[in-house]
Amino acid sequence: MAIDPTMIIAAKQIGAGISTIAFAGAGIGIGVVFGNYISGSLRNPGASQTQYTNLLLGFALCEAQGLFGLMIALILLYT
Amino acid sequence: MAASPMEQFEIRPLIPLHLGGYDVSFTNQSLWMCIVVLAVSGFMIVATSRPRLVPGRMQSMAELSYEFVSGMINTTAGDEGLRFFPMIFTIFMFVATSNFFGLLPGSFTVTSQICVTLALTMLVILTVIVTGFLRHGIGFLKLFVPKAPFLMLFILVPLEFISFCTRPMSLSVRLFANMLAGHTMLKVMAGFVIALGATAITSKAYLAPLSIAPMALIVAVTGLEILVAFLQAYVFAILACIYIGEAIHLHDNH
Repeated sequence: MAIDPTMIIAAKQIGAGISTIAFAGAGIGIGVVFGNYISGSLRNPGASQTQYTNLLLGFALCEAQGLFGLMIALILLYT
Repeated sequence: MAASPMEQFEIRPLIPLHLGGYDVSFTNQSLWMCIVVLAVSGFMIVATSRPRLVPGRMQSMAELSYEFVSGMINTTAGDEGLRFFPMIFTIFMFVATSNFFGLLPGSFTVTSQICVTLALTMLVILTVIVTGFLRHGIGFLKLFVPKAPFLMLFILVPLEFISFCTRPMSLSVRLFANMLAGHTMLKVMAGFVIALGATAITSKAYLAPLSIAPMALIVAVTGLEILVAFLQAYVFAILACIYIGEAIHLHDNH
């Protein structure tokens, strides 16, 4: 049975929309990273500077997880 | 008519070249890669050509970037990792400079092409594999066996293996997707300004002051993009360090 091409386009666009849910996870992750950094550095301000690079690393890793979802959206839309 | 926000990533041949059935044209991407390489090497050569005991502005910038990268390698891969300093430093400077040059209006972002980031990643991963097997021989495969109770290994070994195999993808897609998303967002917002301005000129003049809002947003997002440009270069370099450090030390000091 042949599938209507417009149905495939519609399904691709719905899929691209669904894949943006990945950004919810990225948002939660970034919140956890910064929240824990701030609460940790208020408890022990002396150690906060040494952990600053780890903070940025965690932020970038979290953000990238959301962007993987964006990649799937772009692949669905443009291929 | 406003151009598509994806148009900036289009590769256009500047000097068409065809070699043995392959398209090896000199494109705008090649041009910007050349510009980045020339800028980095020119900066480092000029900055270190007349070294002083009390460094000037250029020399202290060069020394700062040197010490930044060497400190990064030292904390993640240890003293033995410093043998890989030239490679990590080159990757870091190349990625950071091309990210920053991509933010210039009218320029082309080299790192927003997955072929570039994937090539850089393959360089890192091949270095990891070759270093691991040269140092440890077949014992490098212990990388997949963490210290854990025996029964747990049935779960952990496949997990470690999958994590190792997805590293090239995650490392390259992270940089590429960050650059792509950031630049697309900037261009979409620029489209808002133009659309509002066009509406204000043609019919609804009271809309004109409103276009300041997306303009201010563009300024703010450009600031964020400068942070992201540096951060992604830093993350790329530090993950390369961590992977190389794992190949050197296996699971000894973790």
